[in-house]
Amino acid sequence: MAVRKKSSREEWEEQSQAGKQPARGRGRTISGMPIEPLYTPDDLRGWSYEEKLGYPGHFPYTRGVYHSMYRGRPWTIRQFAGYGTAEETNRRYKFLLSQGQAGLSVAFDMPTLMGYDSDDPLSRGEVGHCGVAIDSLEDMETLFGGIRLDTITTSMTINSPAAILYAMYIAVGEKSGVKPAQLGGTLQNDILKEYIAQKEYIFPPEPSMRLVVDTIVFAAREMPRWNPVSISGYHIREAGSTAIQELAFTLADGMAYVEATIKAGMPVDDFAPRLSFFFDSHIDFFEEIAKFRAARRLWAHIMRDRYQAKDPRSWILRFHTQTAGVSLTRQQVENNISRTAYEALAAVLGGTQSLHTNSMDEVLALPTERAAQIALRTQQVLAHETGVTETIDPLAGSYYLEHLTDEMERGARRYFERVDEQGGVLACIENGFFQREIADAAFEFERQLEANERIVVGVNAYQEKEGSPVPTLKIGRETEQGQVRRVKAVRERRDNTSVQNRLVELKVAARGSQNLMPALIDCVRAYATEGEIMAALKEVFGVYREPILF
Amino acid sequence: MAVEKKVAAGGRGAHQKWRVLTCKVGLDGHDRGVKVVSRALRDAGVEVIYAGLRQTPEMVVEAAIQEDVDAIGVSLHSGAHMTLIPRILELLKERDASEIIVFGGGIIPEDDALELKRLGVAEIFGPGTSLQAIVEFVNRGFQQAA
Amino acid sequence: MGPGYTAGVSYDESEMNLAGDLLAGDVRALARAISLAEDRDPQATALVAELQAHTGRAHLVGVTGSPGGGKSTLVDALVRVIRERGRTVGVIAVDPSSPFTGGAVLGDRVRMSRHTLDKGVFIRSMGARGHLGGLAAATREAIHLLDASGRDVIVVETVGVGQSELEISSLCDTVVLVLMPESGDAVQSIKAGILEIADVYVVNKADLSGAEKARRLIQDAVAMAPKKPWQPPILLASAVKEEGIGPVWEAIESHRAFLRQSGGLEERRRERLKQEVIALVAESAREDARRAVEGDTPVGRLLRDNRNGRLNPYSLAADVRAMRPARGAEN
Repeated sequence: MAVRKKSSREEWEEQSQAGKQPARGRGRTISGMPIEPLYTPDDLRGWSYEEKLGYPGHFPYTRGVYHSMYRGRPWTIRQFAGYGTAEETNRRYKFLLSQGQAGLSVAFDMPTLMGYDSDDPLSRGEVGHCGVAIDSLEDMETLFGGIRLDTITTSMTINSPAAILYAMYIAVGEKSGVKPAQLGGTLQNDILKEYIAQKEYIFPPEPSMRLVVDTIVFAAREMPRWNPVSISGYHIREAGSTAIQELAFTLADGMAYVEATIKAGMPVDDFAPRLSFFFDSHIDFFEEIAKFRAARRLWAHIMRDRYQAKDPRSWILRFHTQTAGVSLTRQQVENNISRTAYEALAAVLGGTQSLHTNSMDEVLALPTERAAQIALRTQQVLAHETGVTETIDPLAGSYYLEHLTDEMERGARRYFERVDEQGGVLACIENGFFQREIADAAFEFERQLEANERIVVGVNAYQEKEGSPVPTLKIGRETEQGQVRRVKAVRERRDNTSVQNRLVELKVAARGSQNLMPALIDCVRAYATEGEIMAALKEVFGVYREPILF
Repeated sequence: MAVEKKVAAGGRGAHQKWRVLTCKVGLDGHDRGVKVVSRALRDAGVEVIYAGLRQTPEMVVEAAIQEDVDAIGVSLHSGAHMTLIPRILELLKERDASEIIVFGGGIIPEDDALELKRLGVAEIFGPGTSLQAIVEFVNRGFQQAA
Repeated sequence: MGPGYTAGVSYDESEMNLAGDLLAGDVRALARAISLAEDRDPQATALVAELQAHTGRAHLVGVTGSPGGGKSTLVDALVRVIRERGRTVGVIAVDPSSPFTGGAVLGDRVRMSRHTLDKGVFIRSMGARGHLGGLAAATREAIHLLDASGRDVIVVETVGVGQSELEISSLCDTVVLVLMPESGDAVQSIKAGILEIADVYVVNKADLSGAEKARRLIQDAVAMAPKKPWQPPILLASAVKEEGIGPVWEAIESHRAFLRQSGGLEERRRERLKQEVIALVAESAREDARRAVEGDTPVGRLLRDNRNGRLNPYSLAADVRAMRPARGAEN
């Protein structure tokens, strides 16, 4: 009787279980997806290259959105920056431009992000701290003083008051002879994720969506070089979600914007090519790469099949990535340099269009110059020394990665169904679905850390006695005082009757249904302050009170 | 393990249970930390009154007094801690409520944390603090570790 | 001075000062008094007894309904309406405590954040602390204290689980039941006999599709129930949009006016007093029983040494009742 010879696989299985040693490690990704010790062709049975991957720059874009990807042009290094006064930031911008950087990124302070002028009592202690303070057009003019707006692109990270800052940017351009159509840049302007994660909301969801749609429509008609929304997963992830949740909730938000804009009468191909995305790159290496690839594939199908977009540019998911702030530790901050490097590598292997790498001390305060420089160099080493840019989507075909990409897609689709069942994104925001999912994931994350089921070097393993405090950047009080003086001076110098009239016109427009951008541009031209404009809109739209969930 | 009645730890009054007000001051909305800590305190037997985002120092102190809490846990991420936390301490003093203990968390650099403790804050828990450390702090009656 | 006080407590909590300060409108005194009530401290009972003469003025409104119905948001909107009409308000928001840890996250106050700095509004969050029926034992006393402190309206908000709807009706003049538009919610309430208790129905989140259907369901059920002198209005509202809140408050006021005219107010007060006496006696009897079976008593020792489980609880209970420990001995 012949004994069947054991297959190599069976032999390996026996050997790897010899001694019945328990598996080391978690056996799961950081998001909880199970990981087998080994992946083989068996895991990709029925998998088709043409269907699942295709070619770069071709549907479904899994391998990349452009034909040549980094072989043609590397990703854009776009380090988020900004602090203090418009003057100081203007100086920093001029320096960066002189060093060859062509993309500027504006970070605003909390009062500006929340729609308060620098002299508002609620702004006390926060002016100029985590970004630049912009109260009126005058500050914007100072911010870009001496810089030709048609020679750069600018990314503005702002949400609830985004339309106002957008109007200011346009007004600055016009005053210096640059037409709106010549302006290039990106506005984050993703209000849905504010309700879900970052909580920098002001108005309730419906009027907020109206404002976003107004900016998308305005950009589609007047500003072909402008990306009016950067649909964000970063904040959702930082709030504690899993990778699948980040992927699913972000794309769901994207779908909500697409649907709202179509409903406002815009044909999908008129605006969809200019939608862009913003993801986190976290520390679980392969899961992140799978996430980025799944995102491209999902969005391509969604745009072509669900929304019948015909223009291939509408199918393309372009994205910016930031390495995960939440993965950085206060203990042994230098370790954060390594973490950021791994996360940057994942983003690049995942095909990101632009990248921000965190500085090691960002967990403590705004980065020092030295730390910011190391973060920049990290990208440069990656781009020039590692060789990962020499070929496109180098990890394609990996049994593990393709399996993981498929799992990511499956998980996201399951969430899409649940969102649809509950009536869409706005309904889910109202009933707290996203917030609950995130709160649970965040708590589970924390629990694993506490139970040492998850190791973070320096925190629950390889600890060191705390050394002396790392020097951090301090913002002095003079910034606030100076800014308060400046905004008061603007209010005195301008034609206040004109301001009042423009604000009334804005309110009338807001009560109606016309696009608010022209009225906003008029208001900022008259030097109405951001706080005044927001107050006028709050009168019409009301303010949002969130459902509190644990 | 439920926290034993505060009498053993020399509690402020005759409360049966620790009552703690948790809140975020400052304009930002990073509530992951304060929510996780609130849950952890609940699991340790504390009655947590969650006061929410974007509270001003005036609102925090008024709520703390109405709720007759033993301690206030403030979470800050926007860099305004050297303005807002001392203001809370000042207001507590004005209302004759300085026995309410204040502790903080979030993004607070270590040298600022030392200064805040000098001003009367019981403890500052930076990023990466274990939940267990916070629960132990409560068990000690909100006293700093020896 | 009770147990547990440490040196350095700056607030003098002797009974006389608390009462006086509370009556004078001092917020800290009121807050401290409620804490004493929550701790079931005998001082609290004495304080409430002393302040009896100053109670009976406030309109007591209970707001209940299943979790997620938007009660806190509705109460927040109601408080605004009440304040617009120039009245002062006290809110008691009760949330369940964890049966395992005894802790709680009390998340009602956060929804009323905008009223924090209004001197005419006092908000207190309470954990149910294992009280059967969901309402904290101290809620009664907290109501008395708020009443004595001069609040015109006292709103008690609680989650409608188990018997707490019944309890709330025994504590308040007017009971408002808040329902969600999903038809399941309305049907469940009808099944559970809540119809007997509610004086005003509010179908919240009225912008959702099931709202009108829910209203009709309740209307039909009310129509089929035995006719009572007060026909509870069924209102649609959206608390988060602050729509329909004025009519809700007007309905609450109408109910109060109705009670006054019909003598119902007095009847409720009498019933309440009766329930309160029963509750106080029951509470102290429960405490006595607990001490008896857990303490160093013959019954206690018997229960602890019990190995073969043959003891008869009925005869033991009779023994405990017969024991009657002396008042004031080693508390």
